[in-house]
Amino acid sequence: MSVTDHARAPARRPRRLISNPMAKIAALPMIMTALVIFIGCSLWTVVHSFTKSKLLPSTQFVGFDQYERLWGTRRWLASVENIAIYGVVALVFSLVLGFVIAALMDQKVRAEGAFRTIILFPYSLSFIVTGLVWQWILNPDFGVQGIVRGWGWESFTFDPLHNPDTVLAAMLMAGLWQGTGLVAVILLAALRGVDEDIWKASRVDGVPAWKTYIFVVIPILRPAFMTATVLIATGIVKLYDLVVALTNGGPGIASEMPAKYVYDAMFNKQNLGQGFAASTMMLVSVLLILIPWAIFEFGGKKRG
Amino acid sequence: MVDLSQTYTAPRRLAGAEGAKPKRRLSGNRIMIYGILCLISLYYILPLWVMVMTSLKGMPEVRVGNIFAPPVEVTFQPWIKAWAEACTGLNCDGLSRGFWNSVKITVPSVILSIIVASVNGYALVNWKFKGSEIFFGILLFGAFIPYQVMIYPIVIILRELGLMGDVWGLVLVHTIFGMPILTLLFRNYFASLPEELFKAARVDGAGFWGIFFRVLVPMSLPIFTVAMILQVTGIWNDFLFGVIYTKPEAYPMTVQLNNIVNSVQGVKEYNVNMAATLITGLVPLSIYLLSGKLFVRGIAAGAVKG
Amino acid sequence: MLDQTQTALDGISVSIRDLQLSFGAVNVLQDLNLDIAKGEFLVLLGASGCGKSTLLNCIAGLLEPTGGQIFIEGQNVTWAEPSERGIGMVFQSYALYPQMTVKGNLSFGLKNARVPKDEIERRVTRAAELLHLQPLLDRKPAALSGGQRQRVAIGRALVRDVDVFLFDEPLSNLDAKLRAELRVELKRLHQSLANTMIYVTHDQIEAMTLADRIAIMRGGVIQQLAQPLEIYNRPANLYVAGFIGAPPMNFIRGRIEGSEFVGPVRMPLTGYGWSEGPWTSGDTVFGIRPEHVKIGDDARHCACQTEVTIEVVEPMGADTLLWTRIGGDEFRIRLDGQTTIHEGQTLPIGFDIDCASLFDAQSEQRI
Repeated sequence: MSVTDHARAPARRPRRLISNPMAKIAALPMIMTALVIFIGCSLWTVVHSFTKSKLLPSTQFVGFDQYERLWGTRRWLASVENIAIYGVVALVFSLVLGFVIAALMDQKVRAEGAFRTIILFPYSLSFIVTGLVWQWILNPDFGVQGIVRGWGWESFTFDPLHNPDTVLAAMLMAGLWQGTGLVAVILLAALRGVDEDIWKASRVDGVPAWKTYIFVVIPILRPAFMTATVLIATGIVKLYDLVVALTNGGPGIASEMPAKYVYDAMFNKQNLGQGFAASTMMLVSVLLILIPWAIFEFGGKKRG
Repeated sequence: MVDLSQTYTAPRRLAGAEGAKPKRRLSGNRIMIYGILCLISLYYILPLWVMVMTSLKGMPEVRVGNIFAPPVEVTFQPWIKAWAEACTGLNCDGLSRGFWNSVKITVPSVILSIIVASVNGYALVNWKFKGSEIFFGILLFGAFIPYQVMIYPIVIILRELGLMGDVWGLVLVHTIFGMPILTLLFRNYFASLPEELFKAARVDGAGFWGIFFRVLVPMSLPIFTVAMILQVTGIWNDFLFGVIYTKPEAYPMTVQLNNIVNSVQGVKEYNVNMAATLITGLVPLSIYLLSGKLFVRGIAAGAVKG
Repeated sequence: MLDQTQTALDGISVSIRDLQLSFGAVNVLQDLNLDIAKGEFLVLLGASGCGKSTLLNCIAGLLEPTGGQIFIEGQNVTWAEPSERGIGMVFQSYALYPQMTVKGNLSFGLKNARVPKDEIERRVTRAAELLHLQPLLDRKPAALSGGQRQRVAIGRALVRDVDVFLFDEPLSNLDAKLRAELRVELKRLHQSLANTMIYVTHDQIEAMTLADRIAIMRGGVIQQLAQPLEIYNRPANLYVAGFIGAPPMNFIRGRIEGSEFVGPVRMPLTGYGWSEGPWTSGDTVFGIRPEHVKIGDDARHCACQTEVTIEVVEPMGADTLLWTRIGGDEFRIRLDGQTTIHEGQTLPIGFDIDCASLFDAQSEQRI
């Protein structure tokens, strides 16, 4: 190897400490958020759910004590039961109603834009606003019950907010009012993507429209249903604002929700350990929803 | 991501299987379809109607009247009271305080979160580095973690940073929790731009920031608008973070609204409550009505699809 | 060895040494060596996925090679930024900045390089003149036709005043008529500028008409590097023979016995221009282009004669394509002009050794 070669061909791969450093600096907020907040904070909470934390976080580990206490608390059990009932019913109703609305709007209706604007506008509102409006409509003295009684039907009762058996139905009314529009719009978009020839083919075959919807169109819309389901499901687990505004958990503990249990334990009752344990349970339930979905959705067709 | 833009551009097609049925049955069918749609619309519209009507009545009329009936005598007094005089605890300066607090929280949060997320998305698409996709995967996964799992450690972090109770602490929280969706939004958008454009800019000697600011940003205004709509409505409507990370004087509008309406003291003034509720909803509502399909595009970004 | 590198670089514009690129376990480029002379128009030709665009991106600095070195105008630029290599690049999708005017597009690179204003003005004006862009300077790309956009893209490379132009399938997005026009324009441009041009395409017409030399690539390896007619007349292997020419070369499988090719037809090899050999035995593929097959009376004077039954006739106006079979393999004949030959007809055909190619059936190399 001669000297001139070194002069002419100096550049080995430069030993840069970091390649494209600016990109890494720019991505720093994302890296920090992913590591410190999403992983770090979650782990911190999970770890501290095994401690004796009360007013302040403690590092005195007590095994599963907090969980035992949690699952022995009537309010938590009620919360879990409530969210299970609310969750399943809300999921089914919003998917079914959303699909029916989408299918109706897909029938070449006039003023489709106006309908879409109407069904989607509640989604832009805060859960607090939604909760307060429905609280007013369901007000026993002035709302629906009051009006019907005013018509002369004195024994009419429609007071779901103050009846432990029906308070969840009231919440469902408000929740569906806010969220169904989104499902309908997502499914409508997906319906528009369905090949028109399918309709022609089913007409040639003499298949009635409703059968075509159930056996042909809905399977095609599977990805859109998945999307809507994930959106609704994760939203349900986080449900907090609506409860606070509509019922504040009442009457009694009839409409308590896990998210509210966590908040109250942490910030009102100075019982951090319970808050950590309860929020860890929420995390676990989300993972139970999410992991099968992720495997189902991405696992089969992994190519990289 | 579901392509919701189709909803707006797709040409009308033949109406499903109804297309060629005899005219008489067709119109019967149409009446049913319109009937059901109108009924559904009523369910969506009525609460808004009730809100507006109640807020325009005096208290005596509210007590005797029907919540669905329009006011006999229109008064704007409840609006004025809700804006300037309604009480939360000891403060009696109305919702205006919460409104301005929300403005102070929303404006910097929206700006900061969009800057951070757009740069993230750009780095993820055009300057991939080892592990960048992994961090993004964690970030996306984080979007599904219940906030409740992270809120307390964040209290500790903000306290350490001296930002607990400060507006800037809340801005930081909004930036963090807005990041997954916004980064996804920008990443997908930048990835949809032709890669050759980026290559051409590199041959033309533009660096990391030069390409971003002078080539990509000017051609990405629609997606910045979408992100802005998404963030303004999302942050304006936030309740949980506002109540946890700020002090009562700095509570955002939603928190103050809930405190006004759900306070147990005093006589309930339903007309003022409804006026306050309406005022709070007015900002996102007007954004929704003005932005039309961009709003839908924003929420569709939340629809992670395989 | 490396001393030769030194002297070899004189007169060489772009030199690629042992270039290697792999994504994970996949080798996209393998020990690739290529010297391109100053002012040469070199075309990288191949099917999609052959590595031609990858090679061009490496030369441009848009991809980092795993190994090897790249020299441009004597400088080792293997690790240099794209903008520091003295190259200009034109892309298939034009890649014009949509928010800038034509003028803005042309001057963006110069502004980044902090070229003085009057110099920018001078260069933009010159490029606009050369490419007939003067009336379009204040328009946005969206208001231009496809052909105009690609001329702007060429102009963007032009203003950089560089030694080497890189073209990545620049005409592929245009319709056939425009493509033919711009092809001629590119050729004129090359004649008047005398820059080195490296041009990636999958279109063999572009390659044949534009190139001083063509490098045919497959699987990250250069199969043959030669002048267009050399490649057409003397393809280096079976792949090149089948790739170049439309319709492709006919192949007949057989073996060499003595001085004769023996297969479905017999063919004396006297007068064949051996690349290797002469062979006197072994499995061989005999190749003859459809346009070199003679029929009827003309066939009588040929060294090899046989009879075939025509299966399909495809009249194309200027010429006619006949489809038949020899030894079970498809065999195409191209005739100038129009013909009355019809399907099912039996014809005498013949061909000569001087326009044939012979390949080793094992190594697939020309012999």
